Amino acid sequence: MRVPPKYTQMAAITLLGGATLLTLAVLVFIIAFVLEKGLPGVTWTFLSAEPQDMGRAGGIFPIIVGTLLLPLLALVIALPLGVGSAVYLCEYTRETRLTRVIRFGTDCLAGIPSIIFGLFGLVFFVGILHLGWSLLSGGLTLAIMILPTIIRTSEEALRAVPYAYREVSCSMGATRWETVRRVVLPNALPGIVTGVMLGLGRCISETAAVIFTAGTVAAMPTSAFDSVRTMAVHFYLLAREGISNEKAYGTAAVLILAVLLVNLAAYWMMHAFIRRRAR
Amino acid sequence: MRISGDKIAKYVFLAIACSAIASLLLIALFILLEGLPFILRYGPWKFLSTSDWRPHEGAFGIAPMIISSLWITAGAMLIGAPLGVAGAVFLSEFVPKSVMCIIKPTIELLAGIPSVVYGFIGVMVLAPLIRTNLGGPGLSLLAAAVILGIMVLPTIISISVDAIGAVPNAFREGALALGATRWQAVRMVVLKAARSGIIASIILAMGRAVGETMAVIMVAGNTIRTPHSALEPVRTLTANIAIEMSAATGMHRQALFATGVVLFVVIMILNSLAMAAMRRKGGR
Repeated sequence: MRVPPKYTQMAAITLLGGATLLTLAVLVFIIAFVLEKGLPGVTWTFLSAEPQDMGRAGGIFPIIVGTLLLPLLALVIALPLGVGSAVYLCEYTRETRLTRVIRFGTDCLAGIPSIIFGLFGLVFFVGILHLGWSLLSGGLTLAIMILPTIIRTSEEALRAVPYAYREVSCSMGATRWETVRRVVLPNALPGIVTGVMLGLGRCISETAAVIFTAGTVAAMPTSAFDSVRTMAVHFYLLAREGISNEKAYGTAAVLILAVLLVNLAAYWMMHAFIRRRAR
Repeated sequence: MRISGDKIAKYVFLAIACSAIASLLLIALFILLEGLPFILRYGPWKFLSTSDWRPHEGAFGIAPMIISSLWITAGAMLIGAPLGVAGAVFLSEFVPKSVMCIIKPTIELLAGIPSVVYGFIGVMVLAPLIRTNLGGPGLSLLAAAVILGIMVLPTIISISVDAIGAVPNAFREGALALGATRWQAVRMVVLKAARSGIIASIILAMGRAVGETMAVIMVAGNTIRTPHSALEPVRTLTANIAIEMSAATGMHRQALFATGVVLFVVIMILNSLAMAAMRRKGGR
């Protein structure tokens, strides 16, 4: 006997809706669980004190500093490269074999797992360039890791700038470079900042690549050649070595809040950007 | 003079634009340079197919790690793919646009949760659940597969929703006009049209699962052996590299880089497959 389509439709919707709810529930549970266990331990002393006894006591101040400095350095390196790549792809050339190769390379780079970036950073920056386990090695490695994200979002931002803007600028006698610098880039800025935020989020949550290149020293760095420890790494060490669950939860709560805030800022900015463009 | 300045700018940007492909080549070069000589010296077949990993005695067989990586990835896909695709279909076809506009960014936001946090949840919540209900040590192949299955959900949902959204509305209207129910239209028309994008999302998720390191180290148990059941602790290729790298020297270190070469090749194959699937969608 054939089941009437009306009933199969009802069954299908129930099943699909159930799957969606389950997905959302699991993801929300993870965040709620970590915040509920960790937030009570997040006090002002926790945020502003040095860690003591390998992290069993004290706070995470130098680790917060490391978490700020390392992604910042990565962005300083990746931003000009990423935006420059996007400018070339959008403003200076048509689709050629070369742009296809560049796009292919960017897509491949985006899919490489972080452990491979870590291995590469370990051989090249730490070893061959003699930078050691340092802020600089870690920053360079993370810069390569987030380069594809920045290229892609910048490209989208540049393409969203109406073509007429460029035509007007060129018709007034501006060169291509003047047009890019004075007209296209300022208009694409919010979109580019979105890419920056997404890259920042990835850097903050990265662990494997950071351990291999920036090391794990939990002290205030005094130069770019000092090792640093980020919150993700600190959390990993505390949790895996079973040093202190309480401090691990606290670090995880700060880490999750930081990542969510950064990503939220990215989406908010992208939305504002799209809405302004739509008008 | 101005024209020549513009020319210079063009070449500067061209040089910058090659930075991504140059980085990719550098990475490939140095990983291969460190790992390939070892593979050739030790024998590729022996390296890939024997199951003795005793670095101090010069035995480097990574078969158990390859098998564990494959099983964990397969398990993760078994959990992540149906849930993710079902979620994508539901969100794009059966939910008002306004709701979807809230839920999709939320799910993408969750893609930003650090993998160490997923791993920690696996240790604190999932492993005890498995231990008390199913037996075994808890930290196991099953736990790793479930955690990775959850981790890849945002990837699958996000890309699949885009693929389904790219199907022209006329397709749906045509099916509905012929008397199909919404579900029939989705199943027979929309899913067929969005197929390559959905497949691409699953392949990309596979790449993420194969390459994931920290979460797996925390939940998989890390015993080197060929698994006979899903409840046994296992060690993956990525975990092996991350755990042993800090203490490794000489041959041992080269063997770990050789493991990295295997991983790199697998990921590049998966990426190429995903890109080919995406291009087919774009070509039509």
